[in-house]
Amino acid sequence: MADLKTYYRTIRGPLKAVDGVSFSLQKGEILGLVGESGCGKTTLALSIVRLLPPASYVAAGKISLDGQDVLSLTEEQMKDIRWKKVSIIFQGALNSLNPVLPVKEQIAEAILAHRKTEKRNVEARIDELFNAVGLEPTRKANFPHEFSGGMKQRVMIAMALACNPDLVIADEPTTALDVIVQYQILDLIRSLRDKLQMSMILITHDLSVVAELCDKIGIMYAGKMVEFGDIFQIFERPKHPYTRALLKSIPKMEGAKTRLTYISGSLPDLTGPVPACRFQGRCPYGQKICEEVEPRSELVAANHYVACHFWRDIEKQ
Amino acid sequence: MSQETTETILDFGYSRRSTYIKVLKGFWRVYRSNKMGMIGLVILAAFILAAALAPYIAPYDPTEVFVGQNLLPPSWQHLFGTNEAGQDLFSQVIYGAQASLIVGFAASLIAATAGTLVGILAGYFSGLIRELLMRLTDFFIVIPSLVLMIVLASVLGAGLTSIILAIGLVGWTGTARVVMSQTLSVREHAFIEASRASGAGDFYILRSHVLPNVMPVVFANTVLVVANSILYESVLTFLGLGNPNQVTWGQILQFAFVSGAITTAWWYVIPPGLSIMLVVLAFSLTGYSLDEIFNPRVRKI
Amino acid sequence: MANVGYIVRKLSGLIVTTFFVLTFNFYLFRVLPGNPFRLLFRGAGLSADAVRSLNAQFGLDEPLWVQYIIYLKNTVSGNFGLSFQTRAPVIGLIVPALINTAILLSAASVISIVAGILIGMLAAWRRGSKFDVSASATTLVLYSMPTFWLGLVLMFVGVIYFALPVAGMRSFTGISGIFGQLQDLARHMVLPLLTLVLGLTGQYVLVMKGALLDVFTEDFMVTARAKGISNRKLLWDHGFRNAVLPMVALVALNLGLSIGGAVQTETVFSWPGMGLLIYRAILARDYPVLQGAFLVVTVTVIVANFVADMLYPLLDPRVTEQ
Repeated sequence: MADLKTYYRTIRGPLKAVDGVSFSLQKGEILGLVGESGCGKTTLALSIVRLLPPASYVAAGKISLDGQDVLSLTEEQMKDIRWKKVSIIFQGALNSLNPVLPVKEQIAEAILAHRKTEKRNVEARIDELFNAVGLEPTRKANFPHEFSGGMKQRVMIAMALACNPDLVIADEPTTALDVIVQYQILDLIRSLRDKLQMSMILITHDLSVVAELCDKIGIMYAGKMVEFGDIFQIFERPKHPYTRALLKSIPKMEGAKTRLTYISGSLPDLTGPVPACRFQGRCPYGQKICEEVEPRSELVAANHYVACHFWRDIEKQ
Repeated sequence: MSQETTETILDFGYSRRSTYIKVLKGFWRVYRSNKMGMIGLVILAAFILAAALAPYIAPYDPTEVFVGQNLLPPSWQHLFGTNEAGQDLFSQVIYGAQASLIVGFAASLIAATAGTLVGILAGYFSGLIRELLMRLTDFFIVIPSLVLMIVLASVLGAGLTSIILAIGLVGWTGTARVVMSQTLSVREHAFIEASRASGAGDFYILRSHVLPNVMPVVFANTVLVVANSILYESVLTFLGLGNPNQVTWGQILQFAFVSGAITTAWWYVIPPGLSIMLVVLAFSLTGYSLDEIFNPRVRKI
Repeated sequence: MANVGYIVRKLSGLIVTTFFVLTFNFYLFRVLPGNPFRLLFRGAGLSADAVRSLNAQFGLDEPLWVQYIIYLKNTVSGNFGLSFQTRAPVIGLIVPALINTAILLSAASVISIVAGILIGMLAAWRRGSKFDVSASATTLVLYSMPTFWLGLVLMFVGVIYFALPVAGMRSFTGISGIFGQLQDLARHMVLPLLTLVLGLTGQYVLVMKGALLDVFTEDFMVTARAKGISNRKLLWDHGFRNAVLPMVALVALNLGLSIGGAVQTETVFSWPGMGLLIYRAILARDYPVLQGAFLVVTVTVIVANFVADMLYPLLDPRVTEQ
């Protein structure tokens, strides 16, 4: 993704939900996309599959999947690569499945939309998928309401894998589930990644999930990517003030009890004038320059990018 | 923009004149911006005015017979022509507005009152009362409305009062359903519980909390009920259940039908029917606009 | 799939409602003031024999609850009494009328449902387009017209411009052969059918359009689009299959209203169905016929609702789980 800008049309002017985000993802890597609600993560995901709601549009940028420029494709071509090259699992599987069709038909239609095969093959493939996600293949003729929340999520995952996509985007796959089920789903994702070598973008606001699964992490704030890089590096040596604050705000299980820290303030209104660095106003290190000049994303270590004027100084502290 | 006017729940638990007036003014501002609603309102006003000023607008007495001038097509003396008895149809249509509108309003009053009562009680009280009232409502919904109205009006004896009663006693179910769902949602609001906790009795709560919050919805719904009542009145009088001495639009059409003049005298058929259509359309437009305002979930048609 | 408990529940609902309708029917005609049976009695000019036979038939000088039992027994055995006008058994008048109305109303319902679905879906798919706006406007206008008036207007147009027959179900002379008869029936059916269809379609269009628009906002629609399936599949397998559910509920509900339309249409076009029967009964104050017709019509609607209830789980797998 290069310099993607996706805006929403509002009465007060364009809302810059994603404003110049760039990153790259290799095959077999899991990227964790982290940020507060409303920072643009979902919009970014939707931009990749070009399923933005009617009031929004891609204003600029490039997205290339396996060398193919996604943004320049026609809708017909897009339909072709959807699910085949990239599939997406939405937030809250509770209503993501059509209630009147049995789940096997919903998976079958995804398969048949991209490949002409016989029914036998499709059935076999569905069995295979069910097994892979830990569901009984005998249940494939059931309707969505006959599954529990966690099982529905597994169905969604099975469906997402149906066409062997190169990339799977999972938008908050565990948020609507209780903790035990969350753990099971994460385990599942991990084993699938190991077996299938698929790339994944995992969108979440839960840092613990990211810590479990991801190879790379991208921290988004107010439509911008403020830090991006290898997960161990960032967790051990966060360079952006926002990242540092996020990591500090995780309550620790060990050690002496300390007061909970949090980040005061809230996201800026993205339709109005914003300071050049979006985090200005909530940042403890903010200076005048942060208001006027937008910090560019700099390479600070191997595969580690930060967008901040003062990362060197912060590190020293 | 005054947020209060677009919210469905406005808690004015006790009446304050100034609050009412402010709310009404804000409401008018919102309503005015709705084009369809305004068109409806204008048409309505025109008809109501015509009905009220009938004695001044109508050129002749509607029962006056012009001997030898039966079934004349429209002319400058008789704008809508004459009927088979030689009476001026234009005057009949103007005067007909009076009875048609009055019957419509009266019937809706009965229907709306009954419906609101049933709806509030069913929504507020749970258990047996709600079950019984809901069953009662469902029962009346299942029976074909027109047939029941016909039977009622017939048994009560022909005439406009019977028609008013028949429509009112059958047409309350729509209001009841809407009011019940609104009451259910109002009931969940915290101020009801707070009121209870401070010792208020059921009747008090119903009167000063539930009722004011249910009235906007009742109002919007009643407008549509009036539209329906006017339609039903025309059907019932057309079928012969009205009073031949009372001019309503349906009555005019009944004479047209019975006299066999349909296939020749288009001027006999078109104006009364068109009037019914316009009035009903006007009420519907107004009602839908009100619905849009009071019920934010309703999507524009 | 269809849960036995569901069937039993709906069936018992059917029986209970029918029972209440029977009782209500009795109340309407026997107990209300201005009660025609009693008035009939006080009226003059009936011979002692007639009085005695009416008495025997309806038990009119017995206490009310005895009358009620007699009424129930009579009704269940199909004895609706004798028509005041023709002195013929009411049931003999009702059965052919019911068939004729069924012909007209089922044809009209099928056409208007199909038309309503197609137009509604197109209006939703192309929301805001000229088609959508004109369809919605036309619907609103048609809905504001009394059905009988629409019939009168169509009658006028039909006679003057198309020389279509405007009364009855068949011509009495000059028709030969099955094909000729069918054609004759069709010609007689055109105007009343058109009237009913125009009256009914509007509501179906509105509900279908609304339902489909609601479905479009659901999450699973986005998932479906993400799978890259064809537009046609999106619209039908996902959109229609879900939007049709409120439609079915409406059709069942609408049955009562469409009877009202049928009554008006049959009166205008003298179509020999239940509507005309009721109309003539009103004019002649023929209460046994009125009472019998009311009962039959209402019970038919209740049964039809029951049938719809039975079909609904086939469309919506979630329903029987209650």
